[in-house]
Amino acid sequence: MKLTVNGREREVTAPDDMPLLWVLRDLMGLTGTKFGCGLALCGACTVHVDGAPLRSCVTPVSAVAGKRVTTIEGLSDDGTHPVQLAWAELDVVQCGYCQSGQIMSAAALLEANPKPSDADIDAAMTGNICRCGTYQRIRAAIHRAAELGDASTSATSGSRHATATPAHGDTPARRGEHA
Amino acid sequence: MSARIDASRREFLKTSAAIAGGLVIAFVVPVGMRRAAAAAADVPGTFAPNAFLRIGSDDTVTVLIAHSEMGQGVWTALPMLIAEELDADWSKIRVQHAPAAPAYAHTAFGMQMTGGSTSTWSEFDRYRQAGALARTLLVRAAAARFGVKPSACRTENGVVAAGAKRARYGELASDAAKLEAPAKVALRDPKEWRIIGKPTRRLDTPEKITGRAEFGMDVHFDGLLTAVVARAPVFGGTVKNFDATRAKAVPGVRQVVQVPTGVAVIADHYWAAKLGRDALQVEWDLGPNAGLDVQALRTEFRRLSATPGAVATQAGNVDDALAGAASVHEAEFCVPYLAHAAMEPLNCAVRIGADQCEIWTGTQFQTVDTQVCAQILGIKSEQVAVNTVFLGGGFGRRATPTSDFVSEAVQVAKAARAPVKTVWSREDDMRGGYYRPMYLHRARVGVGADGMPVAWRHAIVGQSIAAGTPFEQFTVKNEVDVTSVEGVSDSPYLKDLQHHHVDLHSPRTGIPVLWWRSVGHSHTGFVMESLIDELALAARRDPVEYRRALLRDHPRHLAALNLAVEKAGWGRPLPGGRGRGVAVHESFGSFVAQVAEVSVDETAGGGSATAGGGSMIRVHRVVCAIDCGLAVNPEGVRAQMESGIAFGLGAVLHSALNLKDGRVQESNFHDYRVLRFNEMPKVEVHIVPSTGKMGGAGECGVPPIAAAVANAVASLTGQRLRELPLRMPA
Repeated sequence: MKLTVNGREREVTAPDDMPLLWVLRDLMGLTGTKFGCGLALCGACTVHVDGAPLRSCVTPVSAVAGKRVTTIEGLSDDGTHPVQLAWAELDVVQCGYCQSGQIMSAAALLEANPKPSDADIDAAMTGNICRCGTYQRIRAAIHRAAELGDASTSATSGSRHATATPAHGDTPARRGEHA
Repeated sequence: MSARIDASRREFLKTSAAIAGGLVIAFVVPVGMRRAAAAAADVPGTFAPNAFLRIGSDDTVTVLIAHSEMGQGVWTALPMLIAEELDADWSKIRVQHAPAAPAYAHTAFGMQMTGGSTSTWSEFDRYRQAGALARTLLVRAAAARFGVKPSACRTENGVVAAGAKRARYGELASDAAKLEAPAKVALRDPKEWRIIGKPTRRLDTPEKITGRAEFGMDVHFDGLLTAVVARAPVFGGTVKNFDATRAKAVPGVRQVVQVPTGVAVIADHYWAAKLGRDALQVEWDLGPNAGLDVQALRTEFRRLSATPGAVATQAGNVDDALAGAASVHEAEFCVPYLAHAAMEPLNCAVRIGADQCEIWTGTQFQTVDTQVCAQILGIKSEQVAVNTVFLGGGFGRRATPTSDFVSEAVQVAKAARAPVKTVWSREDDMRGGYYRPMYLHRARVGVGADGMPVAWRHAIVGQSIAAGTPFEQFTVKNEVDVTSVEGVSDSPYLKDLQHHHVDLHSPRTGIPVLWWRSVGHSHTGFVMESLIDELALAARRDPVEYRRALLRDHPRHLAALNLAVEKAGWGRPLPGGRGRGVAVHESFGSFVAQVAEVSVDETAGGGSATAGGGSMIRVHRVVCAIDCGLAVNPEGVRAQMESGIAFGLGAVLHSALNLKDGRVQESNFHDYRVLRFNEMPKVEVHIVPSTGKMGGAGECGVPPIAAAVANAVASLTGQRLRELPLRMPA
């Protein structure tokens, strides 16, 4: 069947009921999308299908035929999506295993709701588990990404083109305060 | 610690010079190092050279880290140590996991491993030395090139300069590689530090925010097959017989092989292997553990707690002192078995060649894995190459003395005669054993007329983690596993009393157990800090004042406590419906105090752990203070405190692992709940400015949180909860 993944049309031979997660990981070599639970309980496998967040571990590949699939590898060319920039700025990651899913959930949230409240963030992110407990930084980074996204849409250049490489000695920006 | 470079270094240099065209700094592991766990490892009597950094002709400085990056930030902290002494250009630092080799042995434990919150302090000298030695050689190379004395040269940001002459490190690398290393190099005065002690962002961020980071689960090469193993439903069960006909009929399934732990279905990819296993028919011999039941164990633990056990520590005459006390405060506490539930389920890739075996996995125990693999295959440890990739969380689970998930993968690859990656499902991971043991504590504290403790009798019941493993000889003395009693037997509250006694019972149950982030402190912190709070409330004293009185001779406890309560606004009124609790606990050489603010929702539908149901207890804010001595990367320390609190809160509010009829009842995140996003409190971390001995950071944020929350609940509601997870009575 034909799938459009990260803007490229790809032909894949897989049983209809094979989860999209394993098609991406094992048949296409796109290992940025992670296996965490297999039951849509942890969010590590989150990808976008036609722009909406979806748990690829329980989605049969046949269900996305003809639709646009975006994985962490396709979120930006060079790690400069506002969510990625904010993640770097606020030093969010620890072990990093869940972060592809966290970033995809956050990016989808901001796409639908460019200025989310804390309650909006709770609602969108509570399906993504992080055992390292980076939740507080994720919350701050989503607020920060909202600012960055604002800047990049209101200016022609803007922070999307800033480097995502963390600089030494920078004290990370203050944690976003939340109620 | 002295640094030497020997002939093998030159050997290594030749190889790496061909690859990188640069300078390699190598070290010999000092003979005198303590080898606490060496018997589990193959530590040869001879020196082995060992590279900690490479400088390429392109100016890159590649730091090889002897420890495993599992989120705790060694990927950043250890390079900071080298960069400080090297005067490196931080933007040129690259990081790699070191290969598994004896020379990367832990400076305190004598084997290559990551655990015990030791990585930063144990490498503090070795990595600084590596940087200083490299800088010395680069300066000499530059001096020779410039025609000046080394003392006329200075270094800055990856450049050696003398007057107007300048040379980049990359330009000097090949010259420096030809020089003999000095016997001794001086380390920089801490007053001159520019990097150590500065909040520094993580170096592994770019690959972890783009999906490029390679975890064990992501390892792939041509010909690598995926295996899913059917394991016995009961610990210790074995295969009686199996029928693979239907499994082999699944498209993509290549082989079905029996291994010591069960039956492996090997396929082109995970999904086929999983479907193959679903179709596999196995008849099990359940063995002796088919009757295991956690509730029955708990009854037995309670019975044992009232009987004499092995003595962990004792002084004076505790029974007479209890008899003479104005009152005796008695309490029983219990904490459940816990799974680590790291986000990355266990996995391990193995390729067995004619005379070697290569392993790719996220492991905390490279030396043990190497040894176990060599034993299985009947080869020498030098013929085993363990390649460490990023760990999608460790928390202790990837440090098994039996090397369980690595040895199984080797067995599968051996039986299949093909390169294989074993992948555990979440259910496999959760039901695969190696849990934080269940513990039951019983305490009797004699209190004087002034409300202060005068005698303390304490009994702990729970499985020994080290018993029956090669680590037993190091952590078990006189039937006391130190990791079962740490935090009680060395508690200042107890040790400062003239009369105290700690008993330990270590029943064996058939349930595999393991260290779980903060090990013994994961329960003793809860018990001791709850008990002290109970005593304070019984004495009608402010819990902070009461602790200050007891800890007056323990300045680092006090420093953490005082900073936390000050920042938390202890004593200031809270909004209605909120309560505050405090706890302070020493673990892994660091002193951590936490103040938790909680509310209890009477309408949240009971305290049950059902999926989606809210706990009645909500934690809104945690103020944390840590004295870990020097914080090499304060930002990393803050992140670890946030992390420890979140990890601990999962166990405070939700997690418990139960067995019935020998079978683990929980299977995935719906019934083994961990902390979720909407439950994360606001966490504020403060670091005590300290010149005290360096401690750890990875684990010590966990121990105080349970008591801080339980104490807050008691303060708010009057209800004392002595069991984890905390449950308000119906």
